[in-house]
Amino acid sequence: MSVFHRREVVRALLRERGELLCVAGLGASAWDLASCSSDPLDFPLWGAMGGAAMVGLGLAIAQPERTVLVLTGDGEMLMGLGSLATIAAQRPANLRLVVLDNGLYGETGCQRTHTAIGADLAEVARGCGFPHARMVKQEAELEAVRADLHAPVGLRFTVVKVLYEELPRTMPPRDGAYLAQRMREALLGVEKALEG
Amino acid sequence: MSEAVARVSWADGVHALFKANDVDVAFVPDGGLKRLIELCVDDPETRAVTLTTEEEGVALATGAFLGGRRTALLMQSSGVGNCINMLSLPRICNAPLFMLVTMRGEWGEFNPWQVPMGQSTAPILQTAGVIVYRVDSARDVCPTVESGLKLAFNSRCRVAVLLSQRLIGTKEFAGGDS
Repeated sequence: MSVFHRREVVRALLRERGELLCVAGLGASAWDLASCSSDPLDFPLWGAMGGAAMVGLGLAIAQPERTVLVLTGDGEMLMGLGSLATIAAQRPANLRLVVLDNGLYGETGCQRTHTAIGADLAEVARGCGFPHARMVKQEAELEAVRADLHAPVGLRFTVVKVLYEELPRTMPPRDGAYLAQRMREALLGVEKALEG
Repeated sequence: MSEAVARVSWADGVHALFKANDVDVAFVPDGGLKRLIELCVDDPETRAVTLTTEEEGVALATGAFLGGRRTALLMQSSGVGNCINMLSLPRICNAPLFMLVTMRGEWGEFNPWQVPMGQSTAPILQTAGVIVYRVDSARDVCPTVESGLKLAFNSRCRVAVLLSQRLIGTKEFAGGDS
């Protein structure tokens, strides 16, 4: 089984992204996104741990014509396991969840997460009713995950095992109101973006 | 007006307000919200999302706002405690949030385990930056919800309308919802 470099994974998934919307969970996933993108269609989180997948669900429901990619880590996903059941019940065809799983809480001193001790997030997603959930095992599969972002394949959950690496912290803007407004303007136009 | 009739009519009124304002719903069920939830779930024009825990709904509503849709959260007072950290998300993003909360742990509560959170609900919400309205009579539900929706979505505030236990009716220990 391959263990991937997380930034190579994120760069590969966002290649030729087109109108793809991307929500990134707090910590390393947000830094990864910022390392290769500063698109108005990016929504990197700086807090709200456990909420990335649900932000993605809300966005996917509101924008059914676009695909929403949620990129997050294993620690962040573990805090919102119930949201996997909620999402599977809604089954939004335009939502893709990708968990970059290094088995560690990388921002707090590299304590082990439950995925390092036996929890399998793809199995959890399957158990919650995801029609398609898997762990990427080979490098060649990564391109298929990317292609699925742009194909009408329906709701998907993917785990990619990644190495722990000390990487430069490329930080996205910290102003949540700015990030939100930036995405709304890109999606809705300036006038509508100012409404509630 | 009997209590059952009053409950039916406020629930119908709130459902109509949600429709008139293009508001979807997300909820963890509560007995006091039974009629309203049924109306929303049975309405093909309203997206109704069942949550496993209330904070999911805070994140969902913020995501929906990013994409240009409105979502109201329905929950029991005990669920407010689950939302605390997630309430920072709409606050820091200047995103609207509308919560409709049925109260437990106050008027004639029979279950002592409901009391601590019920008594803490309003102060916790206020500390988290949420504007709190409280409703004690059925006739005030719809005007308060209407005002709250305006404040949330027109002025981009975080707003909670608390429906008091006196209004909802004190739960008897007859099984079913808790």
